[in-house]
Amino acid sequence: MQKNKSYILDLELVEIQQLNSQYVLMKFHDENKLPPMKPGQFAQVRIDGSPTTYLRRPISINFVDIELNQLWMLVQIVGDGTRTLAKAQIGTKINMILPLGNSFGIPLPNERVLLVGGGVGVAPLLMLGKQLQEMQIPVTFLLGARSANDLLELDQFSRYGNVFTTTEDGSAGEKGYVTQHSLLSTDVFGRIYTCGPKPMMQAVSAYAKKHGIECEASLENSMACGIGACLCCVEDTSEGHVCTCIDGPVFNTNVLKW
Amino acid sequence: MVNQKVNLNGLQLKNPVLTASGTFGFGEEFTDFMDLSRIGGIIVKGTTIRHREGNPYPRMAETASGMLNAVGLQNKGVEYFVNSIYPRIKNFDTNVLVNVSGSTIEDYVQTAEIIQDLENIPGIELNISCPNVKLGGMTFGTSCTEAAKVVEAVRRVYKKHLMVKLTPNVTDITEIAKAVEAAGADSVSLINTLLGMAINAETRRPVLSTITGGLSGACVKPIALRMVWQTANAVKIPVVGLGGISSASDAVEFLLAGASAIQVGTANFIDPTISQKIAAGIVDYCEKHGFQSVKDLTGALIIEDKTTSCTV
Repeated sequence: MQKNKSYILDLELVEIQQLNSQYVLMKFHDENKLPPMKPGQFAQVRIDGSPTTYLRRPISINFVDIELNQLWMLVQIVGDGTRTLAKAQIGTKINMILPLGNSFGIPLPNERVLLVGGGVGVAPLLMLGKQLQEMQIPVTFLLGARSANDLLELDQFSRYGNVFTTTEDGSAGEKGYVTQHSLLSTDVFGRIYTCGPKPMMQAVSAYAKKHGIECEASLENSMACGIGACLCCVEDTSEGHVCTCIDGPVFNTNVLKW
Repeated sequence: MVNQKVNLNGLQLKNPVLTASGTFGFGEEFTDFMDLSRIGGIIVKGTTIRHREGNPYPRMAETASGMLNAVGLQNKGVEYFVNSIYPRIKNFDTNVLVNVSGSTIEDYVQTAEIIQDLENIPGIELNISCPNVKLGGMTFGTSCTEAAKVVEAVRRVYKKHLMVKLTPNVTDITEIAKAVEAAGADSVSLINTLLGMAINAETRRPVLSTITGGLSGACVKPIALRMVWQTANAVKIPVVGLGGISSASDAVEFLLAGASAIQVGTANFIDPTISQKIAAGIVDYCEKHGFQSVKDLTGALIIEDKTTSCTV
Protein backbone atom coordinates (compact mmCIF):
# COMPACT_ATOMS: atom_id res chain seq x y z
CA MET A 1 0.00 0.00 0.00
CA GLN A 2 1.29 3.43 -0.96
CA LYS A 3 1.94 5.52 2.14
CA ASN A 4 0.14 8.85 2.17
CA LYS A 5 2.23 11.86 3.10
CA SER A 6 2.43 12.81 6.76
CA TYR A 7 2.53 16.35 8.11
CA ILE A 8 3.47 18.10 11.34
CA LEU A 9 0.59 20.45 12.13
CA ASP A 10 -0.50 22.69 14.98
CA LEU A 11 -4.23 22.07 15.18
CA GLU A 12 -6.53 24.30 17.20
CA LEU A 13 -8.71 22.70 19.84
CA VAL A 14 -12.21 24.00 19.11
CA GLU A 15 -14.44 21.73 21.18
CA ILE A 16 -14.06 19.31 24.04
CA GLN A 17 -16.79 17.03 25.39
CA GLN A 18 -16.34 15.18 28.65
CA LEU A 19 -18.06 11.87 27.80
CA ASN A 20 -17.57 10.43 31.28
CA SER A 21 -14.87 10.50 33.98
CA GLN A 22 -12.47 8.54 31.75
CA TYR A 23 -13.12 9.75 28.23
CA VAL A 24 -13.12 13.04 26.36
CA LEU A 25 -13.96 13.77 22.74
CA MET A 26 -11.66 16.48 21.37
CA LYS A 27 -12.32 18.30 18.11
CA PHE A 28 -9.54 20.12 16.28
CA HIS A 29 -9.62 22.57 13.43
CA ASP A 30 -7.03 23.88 11.01
CA GLU A 31 -7.27 27.02 8.93
CA ASN A 32 -5.86 25.06 6.00
CA LYS A 33 -7.62 22.03 4.59
CA LEU A 34 -6.77 18.96 6.66
CA PRO A 35 -4.70 16.36 4.78
CA PRO A 36 -6.46 13.22 3.49
CA MET A 37 -6.81 10.64 6.28
CA LYS A 38 -8.02 7.06 6.13
CA PRO A 39 -9.91 4.97 8.70
CA GLY A 40 -7.44 3.23 11.03
CA GLN A 41 -4.76 5.91 10.79
CA PHE A 42 -3.51 7.77 13.83
CA ALA A 43 -1.70 10.90 14.94
CA GLN A 44 1.34 11.35 17.19
CA VAL A 45 0.26 14.06 19.58
CA ARG A 46 2.79 16.18 21.46
CA ILE A 47 1.76 16.97 25.00
CA ASP A 48 3.21 20.12 26.49
CA GLY A 49 3.16 20.99 30.17
CA SER A 50 3.45 17.47 31.57
CA PRO A 51 6.97 16.95 32.96
CA THR A 52 6.56 13.18 33.15
CA THR A 53 5.44 12.97 29.51
CA TYR A 54 8.48 12.85 27.23
CA LEU A 55 7.20 11.10 24.13
CA ARG A 56 4.27 11.85 21.86
CA ARG A 57 1.05 9.90 22.35
CA PRO A 58 -0.36 7.87 19.47
CA ILE A 59 -4.09 8.60 19.22
CA SER A 60 -6.52 7.18 16.67
CA ILE A 61 -8.31 9.39 14.23
CA ASN A 62 -11.92 9.05 15.36
CA PHE A 63 -13.57 11.05 12.61
CA VAL A 64 -12.90 13.75 10.04
CA ASP A 65 -15.71 16.24 9.49
CA ILE A 66 -14.85 17.41 6.00
CA GLU A 67 -17.43 20.23 5.92
CA LEU A 68 -16.23 21.82 9.15
CA ASN A 69 -12.59 20.81 8.46
CA GLN A 70 -12.45 19.18 11.89
CA LEU A 71 -10.52 16.22 13.22
CA TRP A 72 -12.02 14.29 16.13
CA MET A 73 -10.09 12.31 18.71
CA LEU A 74 -11.50 10.11 21.40
CA VAL A 75 -9.09 10.26 24.31
CA GLN A 76 -9.03 7.86 27.22
CA ILE A 77 -7.45 9.41 30.29
CA VAL A 78 -4.85 6.84 31.27
CA GLY A 79 -1.90 8.69 32.75
CA ASP A 80 -0.29 12.12 33.14
CA GLY A 81 0.01 12.69 29.39
CA THR A 82 -3.60 12.06 28.44
CA ARG A 83 -4.79 13.80 31.64
CA THR A 84 -2.87 16.94 30.63
CA LEU A 85 -4.15 16.72 27.05
CA ALA A 86 -7.75 16.40 28.24
CA LYS A 87 -7.36 19.62 30.27
CA ALA A 88 -6.28 21.72 27.27
CA GLN A 89 -8.22 24.96 26.90
CA ILE A 90 -10.31 25.73 23.83
CA GLY A 91 -8.14 27.65 21.40
CA THR A 92 -4.92 25.82 22.34
CA LYS A 93 -2.80 24.71 19.41
CA ILE A 94 -1.81 21.06 19.74
CA ASN A 95 1.15 19.81 17.72
CA MET A 96 0.60 16.53 15.93
CA ILE A 97 2.15 14.38 13.24
CA LEU A 98 -0.49 12.92 10.96
CA PRO A 99 -1.78 10.88 9.33
CA LEU A 100 0.34 7.86 10.28
CA GLY A 101 0.04 4.13 9.71
CA ASN A 102 -1.94 2.01 7.28
CA SER A 103 -5.72 1.70 7.21
CA PHE A 104 -8.49 -0.87 7.22
CA GLY A 105 -8.91 -2.85 4.01
CA ILE A 106 -11.83 -2.58 1.65
CA PRO A 107 -14.35 -5.46 1.81
CA LEU A 108 -15.05 -7.64 -1.23
CA PRO A 109 -18.27 -6.94 -3.18
CA ASN A 110 -21.34 -8.18 -1.29
CA GLU A 111 -19.26 -9.14 1.75
CA ARG A 112 -21.21 -8.57 4.98
CA VAL A 113 -19.11 -6.60 7.43
CA LEU A 114 -19.13 -6.38 11.21
CA LEU A 115 -17.24 -3.71 13.16
CA VAL A 116 -16.39 -4.84 16.70
CA GLY A 117 -15.06 -2.30 19.19
CA GLY A 118 -14.31 -2.18 22.88
CA GLY A 119 -13.45 0.71 25.17
CA VAL A 120 -11.47 3.50 23.49
CA GLY A 121 -10.89 1.05 20.64
CA VAL A 122 -14.21 2.07 19.14
CA ALA A 123 -12.52 5.30 17.99
CA PRO A 124 -11.32 4.34 14.48
CA LEU A 125 -14.50 2.36 13.74
CA LEU A 126 -16.61 5.52 13.49
CA MET A 127 -14.64 6.82 10.53
CA LEU A 128 -14.56 3.33 9.03
CA GLY A 129 -18.35 3.08 9.38
CA LYS A 130 -18.78 6.36 7.54
CA GLN A 131 -16.47 5.25 4.74
CA LEU A 132 -18.30 1.94 4.32
CA GLN A 133 -21.68 3.67 4.31
CA GLU A 134 -20.44 6.00 1.58
CA MET A 135 -19.52 2.89 -0.40
CA GLN A 136 -23.11 1.68 0.07
CA ILE A 137 -21.98 -1.21 2.23
CA PRO A 138 -24.38 -2.02 5.08
CA VAL A 139 -22.61 -1.58 8.41
CA THR A 140 -23.20 -3.43 11.67
CA PHE A 141 -21.46 -2.27 14.84
CA LEU A 142 -20.98 -4.46 17.87
CA LEU A 143 -19.64 -2.34 20.72
CA GLY A 144 -18.66 -3.58 24.15
CA ALA A 145 -17.87 -1.85 27.43
CA ARG A 146 -17.79 -2.41 31.18
CA SER A 147 -21.09 -0.63 31.73
CA ALA A 148 -23.61 1.63 29.98
CA ASN A 149 -21.67 4.75 30.94
CA ASP A 150 -18.60 3.50 29.05
CA LEU A 151 -20.39 3.00 25.74
CA LEU A 152 -19.14 5.96 23.72
CA GLU A 153 -20.54 7.96 20.81
CA LEU A 154 -23.56 5.67 20.31
CA ASP A 155 -25.48 8.51 18.66
CA GLN A 156 -22.66 8.92 16.15
CA PHE A 157 -22.36 5.21 15.39
CA SER A 158 -26.09 4.89 14.80
CA ARG A 159 -25.79 7.39 11.91
CA TYR A 160 -23.76 4.88 9.92
CA GLY A 161 -25.21 1.47 10.74
CA ASN A 162 -27.04 -0.85 13.10
CA VAL A 163 -25.58 -0.76 16.58
CA PHE A 164 -25.54 -3.72 18.97
CA THR A 165 -23.96 -3.47 22.40
CA THR A 166 -22.76 -5.59 25.28
CA THR A 167 -21.80 -4.56 28.80
CA GLU A 168 -20.03 -6.65 31.39
CA ASP A 169 -22.51 -5.61 34.09
CA GLY A 170 -25.58 -5.85 31.87
CA SER A 171 -26.48 -2.16 32.31
CA ALA A 172 -26.95 -1.79 28.55
CA GLY A 173 -27.33 -4.20 25.65
CA GLU A 174 -26.64 -7.84 26.26
CA LYS A 175 -24.71 -8.82 29.35
CA GLY A 176 -21.25 -10.26 28.73
CA TYR A 177 -18.46 -9.82 26.21
CA VAL A 178 -18.84 -8.89 22.56
CA THR A 179 -17.99 -12.44 21.52
CA GLN A 180 -20.96 -13.69 23.56
CA HIS A 181 -23.51 -11.48 21.76
CA SER A 182 -26.44 -13.39 20.21
CA LEU A 183 -25.84 -11.55 16.92
CA LEU A 184 -22.86 -13.78 16.30
CA SER A 185 -24.96 -16.93 16.45
CA THR A 186 -27.85 -15.59 14.36
CA ASP A 187 -26.10 -13.61 11.64
CA VAL A 188 -23.38 -14.47 9.12
CA PHE A 189 -20.56 -12.07 8.30
CA GLY A 190 -17.77 -12.25 5.74
CA ARG A 191 -15.37 -9.76 7.31
CA ILE A 192 -14.79 -8.39 10.79
CA TYR A 193 -12.93 -5.22 11.66
CA THR A 194 -11.95 -4.94 15.31
CA CYS A 195 -10.22 -2.53 17.66
CA GLY A 196 -10.06 -2.60 21.44
CA PRO A 197 -8.29 -4.29 24.33
CA LYS A 198 -5.96 -7.06 23.15
CA PRO A 199 -7.84 -9.91 24.91
CA MET A 200 -11.06 -8.77 23.22
CA MET A 201 -9.42 -8.62 19.79
CA GLN A 202 -7.85 -12.04 20.36
CA ALA A 203 -11.26 -13.49 21.21
CA VAL A 204 -12.80 -11.85 18.14
CA SER A 205 -9.94 -13.15 16.00
CA ALA A 206 -10.42 -16.67 17.38
CA TYR A 207 -14.15 -16.49 16.58
CA ALA A 208 -13.37 -15.28 13.04
CA LYS A 209 -10.81 -18.02 12.48
CA LYS A 210 -13.20 -20.70 13.68
CA HIS A 211 -15.89 -19.53 11.27
CA GLY A 212 -13.61 -18.81 8.33
CA ILE A 213 -14.22 -15.05 8.48
CA GLU A 214 -11.59 -12.52 7.37
CA CYS A 215 -10.58 -10.41 10.36
CA GLU A 216 -8.60 -7.18 10.60
CA ALA A 217 -7.47 -5.85 13.98
CA SER A 218 -6.04 -2.46 14.84
CA LEU A 219 -3.28 -2.81 17.44
CA GLU A 220 -2.31 -0.38 20.18
CA ASN A 221 1.31 -1.33 20.92
CA SER A 222 3.25 1.30 22.83
CA MET A 223 5.28 3.51 20.52
CA ALA A 224 8.12 5.98 20.69
CA CYS A 225 8.51 7.60 17.25
CA GLY A 226 5.38 6.49 15.37
CA ILE A 227 7.16 6.78 12.01
CA GLY A 228 9.11 3.53 11.72
CA ALA A 229 12.45 4.78 13.01
CA CYS A 230 12.84 3.34 16.50
CA LEU A 231 11.48 -0.22 16.10
CA CYS A 232 9.97 -0.17 19.60
CA CYS A 233 6.33 -0.96 18.73
CA VAL A 234 6.95 -4.28 16.99
CA GLU A 235 4.40 -7.06 16.74
CA ASP A 236 5.42 -10.66 16.11
CA THR A 237 3.95 -11.79 12.80
CA SER A 238 4.46 -14.50 10.20
CA GLU A 239 6.95 -12.06 8.63
CA GLY A 240 8.84 -11.66 11.92
CA HIS A 241 8.87 -8.47 13.99
CA VAL A 242 7.17 -5.63 12.13
CA CYS A 243 6.41 -2.08 13.24
CA THR A 244 2.85 -1.45 14.38
CA CYS A 245 3.27 2.22 13.44
CA ILE A 246 4.06 1.82 9.73
CA ASP A 247 3.22 -1.80 8.86
CA GLY A 248 0.10 -1.47 11.03
CA PRO A 249 -1.72 -0.51 13.13
CA VAL A 250 -4.19 -2.65 11.14
CA PHE A 251 -3.23 -6.28 10.54
CA ASN A 252 -5.08 -9.23 9.07
CA THR A 253 -5.22 -11.43 12.16
CA ASN A 254 -4.04 -14.43 10.11
CA VAL A 255 -0.50 -12.98 10.17
CA LEU A 256 -0.48 -12.35 13.92
CA LYS A 257 0.98 -14.90 16.34
CA TRP A 258 -2.12 -14.88 18.54
CA MET B 1 28.63 34.15 6.79
CA VAL B 2 29.55 31.44 9.27
CA ASN B 3 31.65 28.58 7.94
CA GLN B 4 29.81 25.46 9.09
CA LYS B 5 32.17 22.87 7.66
CA VAL B 6 33.77 20.31 9.90
CA ASN B 7 36.68 18.05 9.00
CA LEU B 8 36.34 14.94 11.09
CA ASN B 9 39.80 13.48 10.63
CA GLY B 10 39.33 13.38 6.87
CA LEU B 11 35.55 12.94 6.80
CA GLN B 12 34.13 16.22 5.47
CA LEU B 13 30.81 17.30 6.98
CA LYS B 14 28.84 20.30 5.71
CA ASN B 15 27.91 20.99 9.31
CA PRO B 16 28.49 19.23 12.65
CA VAL B 17 25.01 17.70 12.99
CA LEU B 18 24.60 13.96 12.49
CA THR B 19 21.63 11.81 13.44
CA ALA B 20 22.25 8.95 15.84
CA SER B 21 21.90 5.34 14.80
CA GLY B 22 18.64 3.69 15.78
CA THR B 23 16.78 7.00 16.05
CA PHE B 24 16.57 7.99 12.40
CA GLY B 25 15.82 4.74 10.56
CA PHE B 26 17.45 4.95 7.14
CA GLY B 27 16.64 8.64 6.76
CA GLU B 28 13.71 7.90 4.44
CA GLU B 29 11.30 7.93 7.37
CA PHE B 30 12.01 11.66 7.82
CA THR B 31 11.79 13.00 4.29
CA ASP B 32 8.11 13.96 4.68
CA PHE B 33 9.21 16.39 7.37
CA MET B 34 12.67 17.75 6.68
CA ASP B 35 15.42 18.29 4.13
CA LEU B 36 18.20 15.76 4.76
CA SER B 37 20.66 17.97 2.85
CA ARG B 38 20.54 20.46 5.73
CA ILE B 39 22.43 18.19 8.11
CA GLY B 40 26.00 16.92 8.13
CA GLY B 41 25.10 13.27 7.95
CA ILE B 42 22.94 10.40 9.05
CA ILE B 43 24.07 7.23 10.78
CA VAL B 44 21.71 4.48 9.78
CA LYS B 45 20.32 1.68 11.90
CA GLY B 46 22.72 -0.86 13.43
CA THR B 47 23.62 -3.47 10.83
CA THR B 48 24.90 -6.97 11.48
CA ILE B 49 26.26 -9.72 9.26
CA ARG B 50 23.04 -11.71 9.53
CA HIS B 51 19.35 -10.90 9.96
CA ARG B 52 18.37 -10.26 13.59
CA GLU B 53 14.80 -10.27 14.91
CA GLY B 54 15.74 -8.24 17.97
CA ASN B 55 14.17 -8.65 21.38
CA PRO B 56 10.51 -9.47 22.09
CA TYR B 57 7.93 -6.73 22.67
CA PRO B 58 7.71 -4.71 24.92
CA ARG B 59 10.92 -2.93 24.05
CA MET B 60 10.25 0.56 25.29
CA ALA B 61 9.50 2.30 28.57
CA GLU B 62 9.02 6.02 28.90
CA THR B 63 10.89 7.62 31.81
CA ALA B 64 11.04 11.13 33.22
CA SER B 65 12.60 13.17 30.37
CA GLY B 66 13.72 10.08 28.55
CA MET B 67 13.06 6.51 27.56
CA LEU B 68 14.47 3.02 27.88
CA ASN B 69 14.75 0.83 24.83
CA ALA B 70 15.60 -2.80 24.35
CA VAL B 71 15.30 -3.15 20.59
CA GLY B 72 18.30 -5.46 20.39
CA LEU B 73 19.69 -4.55 16.96
CA GLN B 74 16.73 -5.73 14.89
CA ASN B 75 17.85 -5.52 11.26
CA LYS B 76 17.66 -7.56 8.07
CA GLY B 77 21.41 -8.09 7.77
CA VAL B 78 24.12 -6.45 5.70
CA GLU B 79 23.23 -8.17 2.40
CA TYR B 80 19.70 -6.79 2.61
CA PHE B 81 21.13 -3.37 3.36
CA VAL B 82 23.41 -3.55 0.33
CA ASN B 83 20.77 -4.85 -2.09
CA SER B 84 17.56 -3.22 -0.94
CA ILE B 85 18.29 -0.15 1.16
CA TYR B 86 21.54 1.29 -0.15
CA PRO B 87 20.16 1.84 -3.70
CA ARG B 88 17.34 3.94 -2.23
CA ILE B 89 19.49 6.12 0.02
CA LYS B 90 22.84 6.36 -1.74
CA ASN B 91 22.02 9.64 -3.44
CA PHE B 92 20.96 11.52 -0.32
CA ASP B 93 22.73 14.88 -0.36
CA THR B 94 24.44 14.21 2.96
CA ASN B 95 26.93 11.76 4.42
CA VAL B 96 25.43 8.34 5.09
CA LEU B 97 27.37 6.29 7.63
CA VAL B 98 26.45 2.76 8.67
CA ASN B 99 26.45 1.63 12.27
CA VAL B 100 28.05 -1.82 12.38
CA SER B 101 27.55 -4.33 15.16
CA GLY B 102 28.33 -7.97 15.75
CA SER B 103 28.59 -10.87 18.14
CA THR B 104 32.14 -11.81 17.23
CA ILE B 105 35.18 -9.97 15.86
CA GLU B 106 34.75 -11.91 12.63
CA ASP B 107 31.16 -10.57 12.30
CA TYR B 108 32.37 -6.99 12.61
CA VAL B 109 35.19 -7.53 10.11
CA GLN B 110 33.00 -9.19 7.48
CA THR B 111 30.27 -6.56 7.77
CA ALA B 112 32.79 -3.72 7.52
CA GLU B 113 34.39 -5.30 4.45
CA ILE B 114 31.04 -5.59 2.67
CA ILE B 115 30.13 -1.98 3.45
CA GLN B 116 33.54 -0.74 2.34
CA ASP B 117 32.60 -1.63 -1.24
CA LEU B 118 29.65 0.80 -1.19
CA GLU B 119 30.94 3.88 -2.93
CA ASN B 120 28.65 6.41 -1.24
CA ILE B 121 29.22 5.26 2.32
CA PRO B 122 32.25 7.27 3.49
CA GLY B 123 32.50 5.67 6.91
CA ILE B 124 31.15 3.34 9.52
CA GLU B 125 30.36 3.73 13.18
CA LEU B 126 31.55 0.63 15.00
CA ASN B 127 29.04 -0.15 17.72
CA ILE B 128 30.88 -1.76 20.62
CA SER B 129 28.36 -0.40 23.07
CA CYS B 130 24.89 -1.88 22.56
CA PRO B 131 23.53 -2.83 25.99
CA ASN B 132 20.65 -4.89 24.58
CA VAL B 133 22.31 -7.95 23.07
CA LYS B 134 23.55 -11.04 24.83
CA LEU B 135 26.65 -11.63 22.73
CA GLY B 136 29.08 -8.96 21.60
CA GLY B 137 27.92 -5.37 21.65
CA MET B 138 28.76 -3.82 24.97
CA THR B 139 30.98 -6.70 26.04
CA PHE B 140 33.55 -5.39 23.55
CA GLY B 141 33.12 -1.85 24.74
CA THR B 142 33.64 -2.38 28.45
CA SER B 143 37.16 -3.80 28.23
CA CYS B 144 40.17 -1.92 26.86
CA THR B 145 41.70 -5.14 25.54
CA GLU B 146 38.54 -6.38 23.81
CA ALA B 147 37.75 -2.93 22.41
CA ALA B 148 41.26 -2.62 21.00
CA LYS B 149 41.08 -6.11 19.46
CA VAL B 150 37.89 -5.48 17.52
CA VAL B 151 38.98 -2.02 16.37
CA GLU B 152 42.39 -3.33 15.25
CA ALA B 153 40.78 -6.17 13.31
CA VAL B 154 38.33 -3.87 11.53
CA ARG B 155 41.03 -1.26 10.93
CA ARG B 156 43.12 -3.84 9.05
CA VAL B 157 40.40 -4.29 6.43
CA TYR B 158 38.47 -1.03 6.54
CA LYS B 159 40.15 1.96 4.91
CA LYS B 160 37.47 4.66 5.12
CA HIS B 161 36.44 6.67 8.19
CA LEU B 162 36.22 4.45 11.25
CA MET B 163 34.20 5.98 14.08
CA VAL B 164 33.89 3.91 17.25
CA LYS B 165 30.81 4.32 19.46
CA LEU B 166 31.54 4.01 23.16
CA THR B 167 29.42 2.90 26.06
CA PRO B 168 29.05 4.99 29.22
CA ASN B 169 28.58 1.82 31.28
CA VAL B 170 32.24 1.77 32.35
CA THR B 171 34.28 3.15 35.22
CA ASP B 172 36.48 5.36 33.05
CA ILE B 173 35.41 6.01 29.47
CA THR B 174 38.69 7.79 28.68
CA GLU B 175 40.61 4.52 29.08
CA ILE B 176 38.44 2.84 26.44
CA ALA B 177 38.73 5.90 24.19
CA LYS B 178 42.52 5.84 24.42
CA ALA B 179 42.57 2.11 23.69
CA VAL B 180 40.48 2.45 20.51
CA GLU B 181 42.51 5.49 19.43
CA ALA B 182 45.70 3.45 19.72
CA ALA B 183 44.01 0.63 17.79
CA GLY B 184 43.39 2.90 14.81
CA ALA B 185 40.00 4.56 15.24
CA ASP B 186 39.57 7.80 13.27
CA SER B 187 37.07 9.22 15.76
CA VAL B 188 35.02 8.21 18.77
CA SER B 189 31.32 8.86 19.34
CA LEU B 190 29.82 8.89 22.80
CA ILE B 191 27.67 8.10 24.64
CA ASN B 192 25.54 5.09 23.76
CA THR B 193 22.65 4.43 26.16
CA LEU B 194 23.01 3.95 29.90
CA LEU B 195 21.87 0.63 31.29
CA GLY B 196 18.61 1.12 33.17
CA MET B 197 15.42 -0.59 34.27
CA ALA B 198 11.70 0.06 34.66
CA ILE B 199 9.18 -1.76 36.83
CA ASN B 200 5.40 -1.67 36.68
CA ALA B 201 4.41 -1.67 40.35
CA GLU B 202 0.77 -2.50 39.55
CA THR B 203 1.68 -5.76 37.84
CA ARG B 204 4.90 -6.28 39.87
CA ARG B 205 6.68 -7.02 36.62
CA PRO B 206 9.50 -5.41 34.62
CA VAL B 207 8.23 -3.21 31.81
CA LEU B 208 10.78 -4.43 29.26
CA SER B 209 10.85 -8.01 27.97
CA THR B 210 14.60 -7.99 28.61
CA ILE B 211 14.20 -6.57 32.16
CA THR B 212 16.97 -4.01 31.58
CA GLY B 213 17.41 -1.61 28.66
CA GLY B 214 19.25 1.46 27.46
CA LEU B 215 18.33 4.91 28.76
CA SER B 216 18.38 7.86 26.37
CA GLY B 217 16.82 11.27 25.98
CA ALA B 218 17.19 14.63 27.69
CA CYS B 219 17.78 13.03 31.10
CA VAL B 220 21.20 11.63 30.11
CA LYS B 221 22.65 14.89 28.80
CA PRO B 222 24.68 15.96 31.86
CA ILE B 223 26.38 12.56 32.01
CA ALA B 224 27.09 12.58 28.29
CA LEU B 225 28.45 16.12 28.43
CA ARG B 226 30.79 15.22 31.28
CA MET B 227 32.07 12.14 29.44
CA VAL B 228 32.59 14.06 26.20
CA TRP B 229 34.58 16.71 28.05
CA GLN B 230 36.72 14.10 29.79
CA THR B 231 37.31 12.17 26.57
CA ALA B 232 38.11 15.23 24.47
CA ASN B 233 40.81 16.03 27.00
CA ALA B 234 42.21 12.50 26.80
CA VAL B 235 42.45 11.69 23.07
CA LYS B 236 43.76 13.44 19.94
CA ILE B 237 41.19 12.03 17.50
CA PRO B 238 37.91 13.92 17.09
CA VAL B 239 35.12 13.25 19.54
CA VAL B 240 31.51 13.11 18.32
CA GLY B 241 29.18 13.97 21.18
CA LEU B 242 25.71 12.59 21.75
CA GLY B 243 23.35 11.94 24.60
CA GLY B 244 20.13 13.86 25.10
CA ILE B 245 20.84 16.65 22.63
CA SER B 246 17.46 18.29 22.01
CA SER B 247 18.25 21.88 21.04
CA ALA B 248 20.92 24.01 19.37
CA SER B 249 22.02 25.16 22.81
CA ASP B 250 22.54 21.54 23.88
CA ALA B 251 24.58 20.93 20.74
CA VAL B 252 26.74 24.01 21.33
CA GLU B 253 27.45 22.81 24.88
CA PHE B 254 28.84 19.54 23.51
CA LEU B 255 31.01 21.41 20.99
CA LEU B 256 32.32 23.72 23.72
CA ALA B 257 33.10 20.66 25.84
CA GLY B 258 35.37 19.43 23.06
CA ALA B 259 33.20 17.59 20.55
CA SER B 260 33.97 18.21 16.86
CA ALA B 261 30.51 17.09 15.78
CA ILE B 262 27.34 15.97 17.50
CA GLN B 263 24.58 13.44 16.98
CA VAL B 264 20.90 13.99 17.62
CA GLY B 265 19.13 10.87 18.86
CA THR B 266 15.95 10.41 20.87
CA ALA B 267 14.90 14.03 20.21
CA ASN B 268 14.14 12.95 16.61
CA PHE B 269 11.15 11.02 18.00
CA ILE B 270 9.61 14.11 19.53
CA ASP B 271 10.36 16.50 16.69
CA PRO B 272 11.33 14.81 13.43
CA THR B 273 12.72 18.14 12.16
CA ILE B 274 14.91 18.84 15.18
CA SER B 275 18.25 17.96 13.55
CA GLN B 276 17.71 20.54 10.84
CA LYS B 277 16.69 23.14 13.44
CA ILE B 278 19.77 22.38 15.52
CA ALA B 279 22.06 22.85 12.50
CA ALA B 280 20.49 26.27 11.85
CA GLY B 281 20.60 27.17 15.55
CA ILE B 282 24.34 26.50 15.78
CA VAL B 283 24.88 29.07 13.03
CA ASP B 284 22.74 31.58 14.93
CA TYR B 285 24.86 30.99 18.02
CA CYS B 286 28.07 31.59 16.08
CA GLU B 287 26.72 34.84 14.63
CA LYS B 288 25.58 36.04 18.02
CA HIS B 289 28.85 35.18 19.72
CA GLY B 290 31.23 36.26 16.97
CA PHE B 291 32.50 32.86 15.83
CA GLN B 292 33.49 32.88 12.13
CA SER B 293 33.56 29.13 11.97
CA VAL B 294 31.63 26.37 13.72
CA LYS B 295 34.83 24.39 14.17
CA ASP B 296 36.13 27.16 16.45
CA LEU B 297 33.49 26.17 18.99
CA THR B 298 35.21 22.84 19.62
CA GLY B 299 36.82 23.00 23.04
CA ALA B 300 36.09 26.73 23.43
CA LEU B 301 34.84 26.17 26.95
CA ILE B 302 36.20 28.77 29.34
CA ILE B 303 37.28 27.33 32.65
CA GLU B 304 38.30 29.84 35.29
CA ASP B 305 41.07 28.81 37.67
CA LYS B 306 38.74 28.46 40.65
CA THR B 307 36.73 25.71 38.98
CA THR B 308 39.66 23.47 38.08
CA SER B 309 40.27 22.54 41.71
CA CYS B 310 37.26 20.22 41.58
CA THR B 311 38.06 16.58 41.27
CA VAL B 312 37.11 14.96 38.00
